[in-house]
Amino acid sequence: MAELTLVEAVNLALARALEIDPDVVVFGEDIGINGGVFRATLGLQARYGKERVMDTPLSETLIAGMAIGMAAQGLKPVAEIQFMGFIYPTLDQILSHAARLRNRTRGRLHCPMVLRAPYGGGIHAPEHHSESTEALFAHIPGLRVVIPSSPLRAYGLLLAAIFDPDPVIFLEPKRIYRMVKEAVADDGQALPLDVCFRLRDGSDVTLVTWGAMTHETLQAADRLAQEGISAEVIDVATIKPIDSATILESVAKTGRCVIVHEAARACGVGAEIAAQLAEHGLMSLYAPVQRVTGYDTIMPLFRLEQHYLPTSARIVTAAKRTLEAA
Amino acid sequence: MNAADKKRLLREMLFARRFEERCYEAYVERKIGGFLHLYPGQEACAFGVLDAARPGHDYVITGYRDHVHAIKCGADPKEVMAELFGKETGSSKGRGGSMHIFDTKHHFMGGYALVGGPFPLAVGMAKGIKLKGGDEISICFLGDAANNQGTFHETLNMAALWELPVLFVCENNLYGIGTRIDRSTAVVDQYKRVCGYNIPAAQVDGQDIEKVHAAAKIAVEHVRSGKGPYFLELMTYRYRGHSMSDSNAYRAKEEERMWSKRDPIIMLRDRLIKAGEMSADDYKKMDDDVLDHIENEIIKFAEESPEPKVEELERYVLADNDPWVKGGAH
Ligand SMILES: Cc1ncc(C[n+]2csc(CCOP(=O)(O)OP(=O)(O)O)c2C)c(N)n1
Ligand SMILES: [Mg+2]
Repeated sequence: MAELTLVEAVNLALARALEIDPDVVVFGEDIGINGGVFRATLGLQARYGKERVMDTPLSETLIAGMAIGMAAQGLKPVAEIQFMGFIYPTLDQILSHAARLRNRTRGRLHCPMVLRAPYGGGIHAPEHHSESTEALFAHIPGLRVVIPSSPLRAYGLLLAAIFDPDPVIFLEPKRIYRMVKEAVADDGQALPLDVCFRLRDGSDVTLVTWGAMTHETLQAADRLAQEGISAEVIDVATIKPIDSATILESVAKTGRCVIVHEAARACGVGAEIAAQLAEHGLMSLYAPVQRVTGYDTIMPLFRLEQHYLPTSARIVTAAKRTLEAA
Repeated sequence: MNAADKKRLLREMLFARRFEERCYEAYVERKIGGFLHLYPGQEACAFGVLDAARPGHDYVITGYRDHVHAIKCGADPKEVMAELFGKETGSSKGRGGSMHIFDTKHHFMGGYALVGGPFPLAVGMAKGIKLKGGDEISICFLGDAANNQGTFHETLNMAALWELPVLFVCENNLYGIGTRIDRSTAVVDQYKRVCGYNIPAAQVDGQDIEKVHAAAKIAVEHVRSGKGPYFLELMTYRYRGHSMSDSNAYRAKEEERMWSKRDPIIMLRDRLIKAGEMSADDYKKMDDDVLDHIENEIIKFAEESPEPKVEELERYVLADNDPWVKGGAH
């Protein structure tokens, strides 16, 4: 079994999907001959040909709209947007058409497409090349938004996304593209969508996160453990629709919750989770829910980046605050 | 163009070349973070066009390969370098970085990281100029791959329909990142794509600054005289990879060699030497001066400048927390 990085696992899942299903097509800017700016599609065009692995012109609107048309023809398009910051031109196509094809045709058409994009900060890049705007998509009915946080989950969730009958926005945390390696079996097995993954069991506080922040959150759990505090860590993975049952169940046990995301705070996915806890889990809470997030400002350039992104220290502080409350 | 102008432009282009090469080193030394897109090879485009216009007076926008355009418009190279270093003294206080240089004082209205998105801004600015009755023009630099965005066509249509004072300058370097133009674009001659909008257009050798300058003079004159937009396509080549993270493996070495023989700086230098306007020694001295200036003033300034202020992380988001609007220090 090969030890793979997250981006290599993405590549493997794409190759597997192309291999097992002739309806799968992969396209985007520079993804063919060059293998993509992050090398996620390396070698795919050579193996599966120019008719199924296609370089497109520089036009995000076109890429997204074309994917919808292909999906309506029964193909399973997997389109790449080079950085999440370039995804906004696609928003019109995704919101107006991809997300509504099923509803608008009362199920006669649907849109089994995947829009992949690297996202998130911590790579020293400004603004568009670092931001986390997953909440924009999570707000749209008719979409799935999926974020893997490890090579294994990247492989299994991407396969699930490709074979899912509905449109999936698949956001890849680029800071951890090459951070860790994991043994990934190329068994073609998809992981379930719409469920959280419990990364660590604990009894004192529940830490809920996704994407690259799972690493800071696991570090925070380690640090808390050294101080005798037992933290449960949940990787949400599918942020829309969200598996609130797993989060509620965990909080019923711990009575405390810290939500961690690198996106700006206001109206972030953390706010939805906090609202679910308020609606359905209030009686199990010993302390107010804490959010550790980015700030409501534009993602700054590299010298201030470490002040913007949540750190394990900030997560530890927030967790302790929930313990102090009761 | 007289000999003095040629010598001045030679020096400006040489300065731009050395400035960019020094950025490369600073990036390798990890003084510059993020993405860095360098300009060597294309100098005659920015200098030829802007020298024929009124830099500092006309409004200019371009993409992320923007340092040189900003400097030619009048931005202080020290502030540009400090911006690349992410320092408080940078043109955007170290918040925008390489891809977002702005110098509003000199009407350099931005470097933009997003490809295609800013084109409509150029017609918006041209409309603003026209309404206010100014004699400035709006100059929109664009790439070749960028022209496949829908905004390209939307912008051309609007500029033509309203006869706006905007000059489009396409720096056609034959590639968008690693994709060669004939693999992304049905009509590779960009000037031909414009005829559908009845916009006068020309294609010129972008490596020969005299030719660029002559063509730009006609273009600028057309736009400034109120006859509406003009489109200039400059055939050029970037020497390095698309950005620092691009290995440049997709181009044939033979193609690179061919273009390096048409270097805009060397061609102008050799012409001046041949005409007896300068000697090889003069050029050497010019180069030494330029290098000295970059190292001892520009790099020194960027190095010694303070870090950006953490307290300001949440400022400049809306007017109520923007110290500029509140009348505070800027
Ligand atoms: C909307 C958007 N899509 C994609 C990118 C990534 N990208 C940056 S530059 C570039 C190629 C642009 O090529 P061209 O317009 O020819 O300009 P050049 O770099 O050659 O000057 C791409 C795809 C981006 N910055 N913005
Ligand atoms: Mg180009």
